Amino acid sequence: MTGETSALQLVLTGDPGLYAIVGLSLVVSLSAVLCAALIGVPFGALLALTRFPGRAGVIVVLNALMGLPPVVAGLAIYLLLSRSGPLGSWGLLFTPQAMIIAQTVLVAPIIAALTRQTVEDLWSEYRDELAALDVGPIGRVATLVWDARFSLVTALLAGFGRAAAEVGAIIIVGGNIDGFTRTMTTAIALETSKGDLPLAIGLGLVLITIIIVINALAWGARRAGERYAG
Amino acid sequence: MRAPLADLPVVLANATVVAGAVTILDGVSLSLDAGTPTVLIGPNGAGKTTLLRAAMGLTPLTHGEITWGGRADAPPTRRAILFQRPVMLRRSAAANIDYALGMTNMPRAERIDELLALVGLEGLGRRPARRLSGGEQQRLALARALARDPAILFLDESTASLDPAATKAIEDIIRAVAARGVKVVMSTHDLGQARRLGGDIVLLHRGRLIEHGPAMDFFDNPRSDEARKFIAGELLV
Repeated sequence: MTGETSALQLVLTGDPGLYAIVGLSLVVSLSAVLCAALIGVPFGALLALTRFPGRAGVIVVLNALMGLPPVVAGLAIYLLLSRSGPLGSWGLLFTPQAMIIAQTVLVAPIIAALTRQTVEDLWSEYRDELAALDVGPIGRVATLVWDARFSLVTALLAGFGRAAAEVGAIIIVGGNIDGFTRTMTTAIALETSKGDLPLAIGLGLVLITIIIVINALAWGARRAGERYAG
Repeated sequence: MRAPLADLPVVLANATVVAGAVTILDGVSLSLDAGTPTVLIGPNGAGKTTLLRAAMGLTPLTHGEITWGGRADAPPTRRAILFQRPVMLRRSAAANIDYALGMTNMPRAERIDELLALVGLEGLGRRPARRLSGGEQQRLALARALARDPAILFLDESTASLDPAATKAIEDIIRAVAARGVKVVMSTHDLGQARRLGGDIVLLHRGRLIEHGPAMDFFDNPRSDEARKFIAGELLV
């Protein structure tokens, strides 16, 4: 009980170190979701509308990548960005940018796979109408993504949940450097192993609260949007 | 004003559609030219929907040929179809019409208001299309189909699930549209509607064209047994 009390105090007194950690966590995860959406939504929509040999294989692999272990993604990005790796000259290893790249790799398959499913369902409904209006391939993708926008919010939330919760990838490519690449999840892992449970519990509470707030905001935005646009 | 009716006449020559072991449309030859509405009648499964879809260019033929204004590859820019259950885009009523206008160069806002007024939906432009009633949705779909100023308009059982008042609203619009020179080709289950709107009647049965003639002749002096039975309200099986 004493641990939880001091964790609460830590949060309420507004420890600056704590807020720096929370801020970086949000920047990294939200940036990763944005990058992953820019890649995953068009890719998923295209996959939904095209038919080619091997498409089933692509879908299976994409769905499987939703469960890509974060440490494996982290290792892959580490190898790419390490001094001797192909992108070593970029000097990104152990920076927030490297963490964003790693989380983008984790989140993009989730957004792409969920977009593919959503758009494909909508396509079966819209197909005749769009064919009658002689809408071309690019117009179809744009129409379906726009009309599926409220359902796609759920895909983005799933991606954000994955990014905000994971520790394996960003601890490998970020290094958990105090004041630079330390996030809530990496700090929780570190503080727990050091035995500083109050800080770990405080960060855990903050992390869960933020995830609930962001989901609530997205839910509210979706409901309001649906009421307005049907 | 109106561009040449490039899509007319629509000529089906021995149009046949086979799906698996079933022949849905069986050697139908028919010419649809400018003039009064053509009404397709016949029991369920007679091939009415498939004939309309084929004439729109949506369902490819297994055998036979369709030409629009003499061309077999005319893109569907001057023809439109109203499906039995039209899909409302998840946008406002006005945006649904705007979407259809998207591929044309017509002035937008004015045209949208004009079309909403034509179908009696003035003032509802900002409402989400999916929140409209069934009859309103059907009228909005009609406005959307008319947005690109089609030369020919196909309607598939467009009043099948509507009450009499909503049906009358649709029929009034169809009459107004036909009077403005748009060729209307519609299917219906409702013989009364066929009498009210039809200039000529096409009776389909089991995918074959049984009889085609002016509405008056068809109803007063049907030539085929099937037409006599169908008009008399007997079951055509």
